[in-house]
Amino acid sequence: MRQPNNMILETALKLLLFFIVLFSIYIFTAGHYYPGGGFIGGLMTAGAIVLLLITYDIKTVQKILPVDYRIVTAIGLLFSIGTSAGALFFNVPFLTHVFTHVEVPVLGDLALHTATIFDLGVYFVVIGVTMTIILTIGEDE
Amino acid sequence: MTNLIILPILIPLLTGAVLICLNKRIMAQRVIAVLSSIGTMIAAFFIIQKVHRDGIQSLNMGSWDAPFGITLVSDMFSALLVFTTSIIAFVCLIYSFKSIGEESEKYYYYPVFNFLIVGVNGAFTTGDLFNLFVFFEVMLMSSYVLLVLGGTKIQLRESIKYLLVNIISSALFVIAVAYLYSVVGTLNMAHISERISKISENGMPGILTVIAMMFLIVFGLKGAIFPLFFWMPGSYFAPPAPVLALFGALLTKVGVYSITRTYTLFFYHDIDFTFQILSILSVLSIVVGVIGALAYWDVKKIIIYNIIVAVGVILYGVSVLNPNSLTGAVYYLVHDMIIKAGLFLLVGILIIITGTSNLKQFSGLMRHYPGLAWTFFIAALALAGIPPLSGFVGKLLIVQGGFEGKSYISAGIVLLSSLLVLFSVMKIFINGFWGQDQTLHGEEKPPVKWLLISPVIMVAISAFYGVNSEVFLPYISQAADTLANPDHYIKAVLKE
Repeated sequence: MRQPNNMILETALKLLLFFIVLFSIYIFTAGHYYPGGGFIGGLMTAGAIVLLLITYDIKTVQKILPVDYRIVTAIGLLFSIGTSAGALFFNVPFLTHVFTHVEVPVLGDLALHTATIFDLGVYFVVIGVTMTIILTIGEDE
Repeated sequence: MTNLIILPILIPLLTGAVLICLNKRIMAQRVIAVLSSIGTMIAAFFIIQKVHRDGIQSLNMGSWDAPFGITLVSDMFSALLVFTTSIIAFVCLIYSFKSIGEESEKYYYYPVFNFLIVGVNGAFTTGDLFNLFVFFEVMLMSSYVLLVLGGTKIQLRESIKYLLVNIISSALFVIAVAYLYSVVGTLNMAHISERISKISENGMPGILTVIAMMFLIVFGLKGAIFPLFFWMPGSYFAPPAPVLALFGALLTKVGVYSITRTYTLFFYHDIDFTFQILSILSVLSIVVGVIGALAYWDVKKIIIYNIIVAVGVILYGVSVLNPNSLTGAVYYLVHDMIIKAGLFLLVGILIIITGTSNLKQFSGLMRHYPGLAWTFFIAALALAGIPPLSGFVGKLLIVQGGFEGKSYISAGIVLLSSLLVLFSVMKIFINGFWGQDQTLHGEEKPPVKWLLISPVIMVAISAFYGVNSEVFLPYISQAADTLANPDHYIKAVLKE
């Protein structure tokens, strides 16, 4: 049930949610050079969604974010398997990654690495699994 | 194609991930699962041909050279096991269609089934000790889900036991790997072997013997050898027939494979101690398994105790460590995977027909189900090792190796165990299939035609495997040859 007088929490959430999600994305993208990566980034994003769940109830959160987290897990898996299996098409060993430098108009020189897509898969799997666990226990009567 | 040996891992993994998205569409799931299973079989077959032609295949993941990255290694031993696993997976899969029930099929049965195959194939193929641990966990987590799926009371109770035992043994596995890593400083199996043989030039130091014992405890818990089998009779009693067939045929054999791999590759320097203990424990496993198989009047329990006997026989073959006994052990391992799957599937059909697994409550099935009866009869003979069938050659070689190794008493026990194993399965045949028709009067006979296909395939393969043993023996002895000469393995991986 949604609490009627939860104004402080709801207002705080509107501010905090942005920062938590931004920070989790920062941690995810910085994983190659600094501590971080897909696992901790995914956990933190899931943490943000859990904060939503604490503030509102499960139905409202389902309305805000209409995703089936089991599918998120499967998509994450497919991302990771797909990037690794891409090596098969080039006849190099499985899991071989490539990187290249790309000149992007605003951001300048970026080193893009296929390992990031692998990590994106990890990120999705972690979100999917965490949220499936929490929602399944939460919905249980 | 460089990536050939990863296909038996990659295909089920991809299938599992895709099937998660299709969990409500049962037909689509079945079709995709069968197709991928056939694909895995074909890939495994080509791996065997490739290894037979060109020797041991190794693949460095991510193009990192051998001791630094993860290496997958397919020698003949693992290639044969991967192929057998794919056949068993295919057969259990088509058996599941008619027996597992729509409810389970909607709740991710097929994805988890595929992940189990990923774990087993991965554990057979990997050349890295920690990667072996990870694949063990993939396999075990899938087995937890398959064990509990359905949620009946007995399944819930037994999964708790199974979980506890396996979590403890996995923790021990990590500790054992940590010890070994602190001693040799590497995780690549070939590299570990090389370093160990450098350290033990003047006899194996005590710490390595301790680590060898720890690995025996860890893999013994997974593979159910003598003092560590206590969890198995209960846990394997709970799941439905196709899952039980998968467990009985694959899971304990991964433990046996790991013991064989670690003992022949790492710890062969202090044979007097380590292999002596392995030999004693395996003979005790045979004794205990036979006692259990004779004691029970429950069809499932009898076959479950026969797993322990078979594990004992295989490990005894490994512990003798001469060419004949190793060839016998590899041959018997493949035979036992096939025949145990067949027997458990047959037991599943028996339970569907009679509604009970208690042998005292039914008899006279022969009249209504002659096909089932004769399939069971042949499977029972194959299990005991009657000459034209597949159990014979393996056991013959193991016993021959035992006599060559001058351990007459142990080899005698292996011989004697065949007789008692035959007695335990014939007890099922005589009491269940012969005699007065007491259960089926007036009731409608459940049709089991479709279900019977899978065990018939298994028994046919077993007969083929036994009759044409001279076709298979070159492959088997190639596998035993790698086990006897770890140098070949090291050379193939480290490419020196």
